[in-house]
Amino acid sequence: MISEQILKGLRDRDPRGIARAISLVEENDPLADEILASIDDGLVEEAMVLGITGPPGAGKSTLTDRIISGYRSQEKRVGVIAIDPSSPISGGAILGDRIRMMGHALDQDVVVRSMATRGRLGGLCAAAGAAVRILAGSGCSVIIIETVGVGQSEMDIIRLADITALVLAPGLGDDIQAMKAGLLEVADIIVVNKADCSGADTLAMDMESIVREGRDKEKILTQVRKTVASEGKGIDELLNTIECVNTSHRESGERRVRRQKAYDLEVLDWAIEILKPSILEKIYKSDFQRKGDPRQLAAKLLEKDS
Amino acid sequence: MSEQKKHRVLIGKPGLDGHDRGAKFIARALRDAGFEVIYTGIRRTPEEIAAAAVQEDVSAVGLSSLSGAHMSLFPAVVQALNEKGAGDIPVLGGGIIPDEDKGPLKEAGINEVFTPGTPVEKIIDYFRTACETQEGRRNL
Repeated sequence: MISEQILKGLRDRDPRGIARAISLVEENDPLADEILASIDDGLVEEAMVLGITGPPGAGKSTLTDRIISGYRSQEKRVGVIAIDPSSPISGGAILGDRIRMMGHALDQDVVVRSMATRGRLGGLCAAAGAAVRILAGSGCSVIIIETVGVGQSEMDIIRLADITALVLAPGLGDDIQAMKAGLLEVADIIVVNKADCSGADTLAMDMESIVREGRDKEKILTQVRKTVASEGKGIDELLNTIECVNTSHRESGERRVRRQKAYDLEVLDWAIEILKPSILEKIYKSDFQRKGDPRQLAAKLLEKDS
Repeated sequence: MSEQKKHRVLIGKPGLDGHDRGAKFIARALRDAGFEVIYTGIRRTPEEIAAAAVQEDVSAVGLSSLSGAHMSLFPAVVQALNEKGAGDIPVLGGGIIPDEDKGPLKEAGINEVFTPGTPVEKIIDYFRTACETQEGRRNL
């Protein structure tokens, strides 16, 4: 009965139905299968998934807020998945990205969902991927995944996106150094935010030169754009750039390649997620000897399974 | 996808009151007790808070008010939730609230009211119980 209610809510784009559906899938509830099976794959295929990542304080949430406004003026329904870290100690989290987007709180066509990383051994990709499907299925044609770009699970998350924008700001130099080996490579667009602050031009030039040095002739050049998100400056240009990259990716087949990779990643993540409870149960079974080489023990554990 | 169920709660400040120390203190305390806290910041309308609570699928809403406007703003959040078909989500309130206001607030649908001096453990326990009750009811 409850699943009928949620499925109906999902079909009717009822905010509560959508919200419950995301929770149930995130918790790997038995209803998850039914919920995900009810989603129109055509809508998922058509939606554009935009990843927004970058160091804390670069202005990701404020930029997301402005990007939402931009797409709303094009009358697109927008979904946002805002990911914040969970405390490794308590497991709790403060999810505060929403504060910057409260201007859209009463807009029925903006669905914002905060998600904690929950220190998961995998599972975050599965959860976020499922949330993308649910939001697309409820009519969102643009879905934004916002996440701090540090750590492996967040890097994996961003691979769910069709297009990734890396948001940087002057004065956060150390973070940029730390990310050189990772996020710059996955970024399709580098946004130098807070472009009214000193150091922004230098940062933009540095990024331009890095991008040109690492140029891959097969791919469209990573674009560098300057914004002042707090004042809404540079947003139209950024949206145009996103549109250009999206069109190029569609035409070149890059989009399809990325979607397939993301799909494979989600399948792997779900497989781990589904296996985990039974493995944990075996590990903690009273007659199981938790001694010796962990790798061998793991192999033995899985052997018994087959 | 976690080993145990996480309680999701929203902490918000309705109205024009900008004194958020209490709200932030409670948000941090809940985080440290393992809750996932959606913090919506200061100066929100009751409708905005209710809409966010629905979208985030929280099991409880905590409101803070230090400005004296709790008698109109707290019940307004309850009403906004009702209008969104989410009247089942428990609303807890706290702040500078005279004792004589507690009864009327509870009658208006506020689950519990916490005033200065309430031990934080008691508040966390109350949130936990409210969440567990709500999650049990929701999954019937």
